Amino acid sequence: MSVEDLTPVDQAITVKRNQIPVAYTLAGAAVLVVFFTWAPWILPASAVTILMNFFILVIMATMWNLLAGYAGMVSIGQQCFIGLGAYATLYFAIKGMDPFVAIPLAVVVCAVIAYPVTYLLFRLRGGYFSVATWVVADSAMLIIGSIAFFGGGTGHYLPGLTNLSFKVLGHDTYLAAWFVALFVVVATYILLRSRMGLVLSSVRDNEVASRSSGAKVTSTRRTIFIVAAAGCGAAGAVLAISQPFIQTGNEFNLQWAAEMLFASMIGGLGTIEGPILGCVIFFVLQQSLQNYGAWYLIIFGAVAVGVAIWQPRGIWGFIRDTFHFELLPVGYRVIGAGVRDQGRAGISPWRGLRPTKSTPPIEDADSP
Amino acid sequence: MIWLSVIVSGVLLGGFYALFACGLSLMFGVMKIINLAHGDMAVVAGYTAVFLVPKFHLPEVWSFLIVVPLFALLGYVVQRTLFQKSIERDPFTTLLVTFGLSVVIENLLLEIYTANAQSINIGSLIAKSWQVNQTIYISYLSLTVLIVAVVVLGALQLFLSKTNTGRQIRAVSDDREAAMLCGTNYRHIFGIASSLAFATVALAGIAQAMATSIAPYSGGANLLFAFETVVIGGIGSLWGTLVGGMLLGIAQQFGAHFNNQYQLLAGNILFLVVLAIRPQGLFGKKAAMS
Repeated sequence: MSVEDLTPVDQAITVKRNQIPVAYTLAGAAVLVVFFTWAPWILPASAVTILMNFFILVIMATMWNLLAGYAGMVSIGQQCFIGLGAYATLYFAIKGMDPFVAIPLAVVVCAVIAYPVTYLLFRLRGGYFSVATWVVADSAMLIIGSIAFFGGGTGHYLPGLTNLSFKVLGHDTYLAAWFVALFVVVATYILLRSRMGLVLSSVRDNEVASRSSGAKVTSTRRTIFIVAAAGCGAAGAVLAISQPFIQTGNEFNLQWAAEMLFASMIGGLGTIEGPILGCVIFFVLQQSLQNYGAWYLIIFGAVAVGVAIWQPRGIWGFIRDTFHFELLPVGYRVIGAGVRDQGRAGISPWRGLRPTKSTPPIEDADSP
Repeated sequence: MIWLSVIVSGVLLGGFYALFACGLSLMFGVMKIINLAHGDMAVVAGYTAVFLVPKFHLPEVWSFLIVVPLFALLGYVVQRTLFQKSIERDPFTTLLVTFGLSVVIENLLLEIYTANAQSINIGSLIAKSWQVNQTIYISYLSLTVLIVAVVVLGALQLFLSKTNTGRQIRAVSDDREAAMLCGTNYRHIFGIASSLAFATVALAGIAQAMATSIAPYSGGANLLFAFETVVIGGIGSLWGTLVGGMLLGIAQQFGAHFNNQYQLLAGNILFLVVLAIRPQGLFGKKAAMS
């Protein structure tokens, strides 16, 4: 036995992001893109409408997941930006613009409004932040509802769609919802793989440590809030076109916040795939209980409460941690001799937040 | 003179809001959580008074004698089961759980009792009022609610400062670990704080159902009023809650004086202005913010 056998060799450790070869992921994505783009021509109209509403919810849930699951901001006022997006579209449409062209403008309007709002909201933390987002949404609804130009509380019909046939309008609206959803999910994925995603995961694991390492926590949170506002604005714009009668009580409904929250909660906060999975579950539940009034929401909410208490990683988080499997990884995995494939080494949601059962949680003073 | 009438009705409204808010403030002070279903608890209390109490052949005016103790018990049970479980996870989970609870409660009420507004029948008492001069009327009911609010806040203050349990609540609120080291069962203390919060919010819900009406979705607005009251008055200050409620009431009456549509908006704007200028509230301490 030589000395070399006893001394530890410099073992090769590799750091990998993807489990599945990128080519496969891209191929799978391409198949999905082709299918959903082709859907209006091959599926019945009722299924297309369901899919369209599904994609609108996917946009909202993905944005809420970005806010709460990655940036730790539990907002229950995102319906503010859904409503503002819808009403911005209405504004441009009344001024003579094609509502579909108005979608990106509505997004810009929401982002611009969200920026000063963050300076107010970021004065509060935790639960107070949550309720304050709701107050802002409520105020926005009251202000819009008192403007006669938008029809006040009774609402306004979205002009500029009458020249399209019923079928074409249905297809176009579906495609708008689908492309916006695709864009939002891909953009979120890219955002989380960027430096900003790294800052977010470091803040979630230990805010004080990441601040002291120079992470720009507040400005990152601000950017995320604005991005989420813009995304919800896009969802609101598409929603406005799909309805197309616009009313404050409908666009600024708290139910949007509830649905996006429950969907991302059940599917799995802090994962890209989770909220989409949650939306699938939501629509299956809603369609199967559509003759029973609000029971789908009661069941969905009760399940979300149960998930929050007993399975806070959600369904996708459970799959990921049990099978060490991710479709759209945002973190890295350390692989090498002696190092077992640990699943993900990057973002682990709730780590550091979840104390063991025996010790009560300690409120560390969140330094503002 | 018209402004005096606006202020008087605002102050009277403040009694309601203080009653709504003191439970929210107490739960935040002790457990550091916000119960997003707080407003819905008031609605459930109102519905209990409307649908359950008549079964006991009790005049509806006295319904609070049954509902308030019932809610005190409910508060303890809910805290020790659902809320305690979520607090042990992290502050995040409490928000998600209480929000989920709020949506579930609202839609359950909708499914069981329809969307119709309900109110507690208190007979001719609702119309009786004291006429100060030609423009100012003080309804007996609103005045009673304001007095009840002051008594409840005073009793809470006394309870927190004089009794043994009150001292333990304050100790847990200040430093949970130190209180535990001194032998306090913090879970039990949490339960008591929550039971006080539920009892006061039940009282608020009954007062609301008597004075106006409640509907399945009123919970959200209630929560916003309670929350705005707490933030305007100052987080962690009980008497600040009373002043906050009155200021919110005055702002709302002021808005309503111009246009009924502006009633809620004026309250929200006062809240946002306070948030911008003095985020710790009028009587709050900066330390309570974190």
